[in-house]
Amino acid sequence: MVPVAKMVGANRIIQGNGIVHPLGAADLPPAEEKELRRRILREAFEALQKDAGETD
Amino acid sequence: MRVVHYLNQFFGGLGAEEFAGATPEVREGAVGPGRLLEQLLGEGAKVVKTVVAGDNYAVENLDALAALVVKEVREAGGDLFVAGPCFQAGRYGVAAGAVCAAVQRELGIPAVTGMGLENPGVDLYRRDLYIVDSGGSVAAMREVLSRMAALAHKLLSKQEIGSPAEEGYFAHGLLRDAFVDKTAAERLVEMVYAKATGAPYESELTPTVFPAIPAPPPIADLSRARIAIVTDTGVVPKGNPDKIAPIAATNWGSYDISGVDDLRGEDFEVSHRGYDTRYVTEDPDRAVPVDALREFEKQGVIGKLHDRFVSTSGMVNPLANSRRLGREIAQRLKEEGVDAVVLVSA
Repeated sequence: MVPVAKMVGANRIIQGNGIVHPLGAADLPPAEEKELRRRILREAFEALQKDAGETD
Repeated sequence: MRVVHYLNQFFGGLGAEEFAGATPEVREGAVGPGRLLEQLLGEGAKVVKTVVAGDNYAVENLDALAALVVKEVREAGGDLFVAGPCFQAGRYGVAAGAVCAAVQRELGIPAVTGMGLENPGVDLYRRDLYIVDSGGSVAAMREVLSRMAALAHKLLSKQEIGSPAEEGYFAHGLLRDAFVDKTAAERLVEMVYAKATGAPYESELTPTVFPAIPAPPPIADLSRARIAIVTDTGVVPKGNPDKIAPIAATNWGSYDISGVDDLRGEDFEVSHRGYDTRYVTEDPDRAVPVDALREFEKQGVIGKLHDRFVSTSGMVNPLANSRRLGREIAQRLKEEGVDAVVLVSA
């Protein structure tokens, strides 16, 4: 839940693919689902390597 | 009235930071601010013992310190236990909270302490203790001690304790029934009117505040970083060995994934009552992405996937509890040499 993450002041937030499978997609073929997982994780890696500054 | 008092190395007169490692000392009678406390408690009050310990020793040995304090209070036949006040001194506040909670729990006598709002001891112990709001300035010592003394008298004589605003302590986060003359609608209209006209008013519900969290610095070299997976989706090994509750969990677990390339549904289950857990149960990688992270590790994108993932269940959990879980998890991961975390949340 991104609004909750923002409310509590998390610094690096990446939107997942839904509450029921943040890093998955039940409606995709397995290969595509795994690619989606890699893509979200790559976004997380980018965030981890950037200065996130202060939250407001 | 027999009082036992807890002080850190500074207020106990041992010295400043260089004495932060000092092991506990038990002194007869009042020490430092304890003399003023005794005076403010009034006729018949006597500080019979003072326990003094260094702040680092205290927070690194909380259980031992609490046990010692409980023993001393018991032996002294204490009627009241007082710690601090600690103002914004974080380690002092955490120690004071822990010893007050232990005395209250083990001996059933009142315990009172004082801290400033930003003291981490407030968040940790406000639900269990009467913590007087000391503000941040040590110059207010007399005023803070007199409020602590007044509250202590009320607790000892079992008088009704007024609201946090009246008595000057941090709210426990509880709602108490009270008889009032006006209906909620009338009170609401009066508050709106007061707000619109700039008149003072007091809300009946204080919104929770989330202090800004300084962002940890970025990872300089991801290909050398140890990355851990943490999740609040409730993924646990089959049988839920740590009995993590699916609602308002009070604990977390750490589970071995060394040598594992892919999580299989038959090895795990999900303890979480807040979302449809079928998809994660079917393939736990959807919440604990071991498969993809293992690939990234083999390709050298990340240095190392940490050998254990951490899991709890993030579902209608009181804030104080969630904060404690977070602190505990962060501390463990730091000790294990983790550089960064991918926290997967439902």
